[in-house]
Amino acid sequence: MSDILLDVQGLETQFKTPDGVVHAVNGVSFGLNEGETLGIVGESGCGKSVTMLSLLKLIPTPPGKITAGSANYFGHDLLTMSNDEIRHVRGAQISMIFQDPMTSLNPVLTIGLQLTEPLMLHLGMDKQQALVRAAELLEMVGIPNAKDRLSDYPHQFSGGMRQRVMIAMSLSCSPQILIADEPTTALDVTIQAQIIELVKRLRDELGMAIIWITHDLGVVAGLARRVIVMYGGYIIEEAPVNELYFNTQHPYTIGLMGSLPRVDESGHPRLVSIDGSPPVLYEKPNHCPFAPRCKYAMERCWKENPTMEMVAPDHRVACWVDIKTGRAR
Amino acid sequence: MAEDNVILRVDNLVKHFPITRGIIVQKQVGAVHAVDGVSFEVKRGETLGLVGESGCGKSTTGRTILQLYRPTSGSVVFDGVDLIKIKGEELRHMRRKMQMIFQDPYASLNPRMTVGEIVGEPLIVHKIGTQKEIGERVANLLELVGLNPAFSTRYPHEFSGGQRQRIGVARALALQPSFIVCDEPISALDVSIQAQVVNLLEDLQEQFNLTYLFIAHDLSMVKHISRRVAVMYLGVIVELAGRDNLYKEPLHPYTQALLSAVPIPDPVADSKRQRTILKGDVPSPVNPPSGCRFRTRCPIAESICAEKQPEFRELKASHFVACHFAERFV
Repeated sequence: MSDILLDVQGLETQFKTPDGVVHAVNGVSFGLNEGETLGIVGESGCGKSVTMLSLLKLIPTPPGKITAGSANYFGHDLLTMSNDEIRHVRGAQISMIFQDPMTSLNPVLTIGLQLTEPLMLHLGMDKQQALVRAAELLEMVGIPNAKDRLSDYPHQFSGGMRQRVMIAMSLSCSPQILIADEPTTALDVTIQAQIIELVKRLRDELGMAIIWITHDLGVVAGLARRVIVMYGGYIIEEAPVNELYFNTQHPYTIGLMGSLPRVDESGHPRLVSIDGSPPVLYEKPNHCPFAPRCKYAMERCWKENPTMEMVAPDHRVACWVDIKTGRAR
Repeated sequence: MAEDNVILRVDNLVKHFPITRGIIVQKQVGAVHAVDGVSFEVKRGETLGLVGESGCGKSTTGRTILQLYRPTSGSVVFDGVDLIKIKGEELRHMRRKMQMIFQDPYASLNPRMTVGEIVGEPLIVHKIGTQKEIGERVANLLELVGLNPAFSTRYPHEFSGGQRQRIGVARALALQPSFIVCDEPISALDVSIQAQVVNLLEDLQEQFNLTYLFIAHDLSMVKHISRRVAVMYLGVIVELAGRDNLYKEPLHPYTQALLSAVPIPDPVADSKRQRTILKGDVPSPVNPPSGCRFRTRCPIAESICAEKQPEFRELKASHFVACHFAERFV
């Protein structure tokens, strides 16, 4: 196992709204190793994006507030850094690409201007050097005529091309960690394949660690080495990728897998759906967050929220029930 | 297959949207070739899947069939009636038999109407039943789609995405149609909710012998729900076949690339796969490429592809493909 790069412990983030406090992230702990690709899977509202935004202090405060936890990065706690300090980390050492490339690029500035900004800010390049480097970066992510396109505006690029620009921008300062927040969700499947192939190539060339957030268990299968599954603001299962797919332990993860039809399956099995809908997060539950939808739920699940337990090497699950026997662990 | 088994026959359907310039005197300067000569049949009780990437014209095809857009040319014969030739009261009467479920359950329900009013509106428009009968029918419909009939006095914002889509399904069923166009009905929903809605659609199909045109970009979901599948690219159908044939033995290079791009939720199977990664983007439908529309991204394109549009031909039994070189893949 290589060295641990980022160590998050007990992260909690809440939002104050007129209807009450939303408990978006409820004590999330995980580690990220050097050069590792970590997948974070969950449905909308499970807290996967808020977790990442909290780490980079990108949560609008108020209404948001990080109420507990630490995130150790090279001996510093990201969560207690001042705004000035975190600014030197963001974009330079930990960078992020977002879901919608149209709304995350500034429509009234040229691509060249947006690409050179981090280079001048973090690496102290002058304008000429930055422009040369920007063109190299665009070439690296596979945009033809890179030099000429620096003076183009975002609307002159297609969705896939914009996401390439975003990737170029996020990699411009050679970050240690790249956080990708559903970067292919808004794209068509053939373009998604292009972007995933590009990220894989860049990862092998540059060796950065990647946290890939998605709701698509298919995308993660081909990309990540380790996967975390989130539900209702909690991590409920964490395992190496093969272990997760072939020795699934949490009823929610099993349900997710069952609700996915596969292009390579034959026959016509009925989809296994999960009844009910995702939890409302106005109250921090004192029971398992998945219990209301779980067909294995027993008495204890309604009394105590399960803690993460090791069930196999590197495989942790938060569930009171052993789904193989249907009884308590 | 006997003639009367065909519920819908679409022949050479074309829909161009004009591009105009000028404020007072508008002059047409071009057209978006959204649908450019699409032909297919749908048989009673089956589900035909229509897949393609965004902008390929699949939604326009669905809407043009229901005459929500009037086609530029071509014919749409539904239950023996050419919908293009009728209008007004006659068309409205036909609309009872064909309904639509929309993609976005947030945008397709009027936020100022209660659920009861939304589901009951088609009955009022078509003057079916008294006030009391409509109330009963609405309660039945809500129960049918798995919602509590007591919800009929609530407003759409009180429901989750999956529940809203159920309301949309109930509205589509109100007039007991025989044919429903499902335009990406699950794309806006979470994975665990998608399966619920798909299972519901399948149950209803069995119960009422419904015919679906299921439009989606998710190839694995289309495979799950459809009996036959048509693949669209830039306004034309490039391949049409029975589900198993299409997925096991795709004959068009675009279908092959599309299938190889779908992620499989299985790390071992995923790593063993051969991948065809297409280069570039879909060209603009304002100015589609000459000849075969896919040639600009096609890995096997030759000079003939730029000169001649490939014929949509039946290469194997019930397996249609539009490619000059499809024989190579048989």
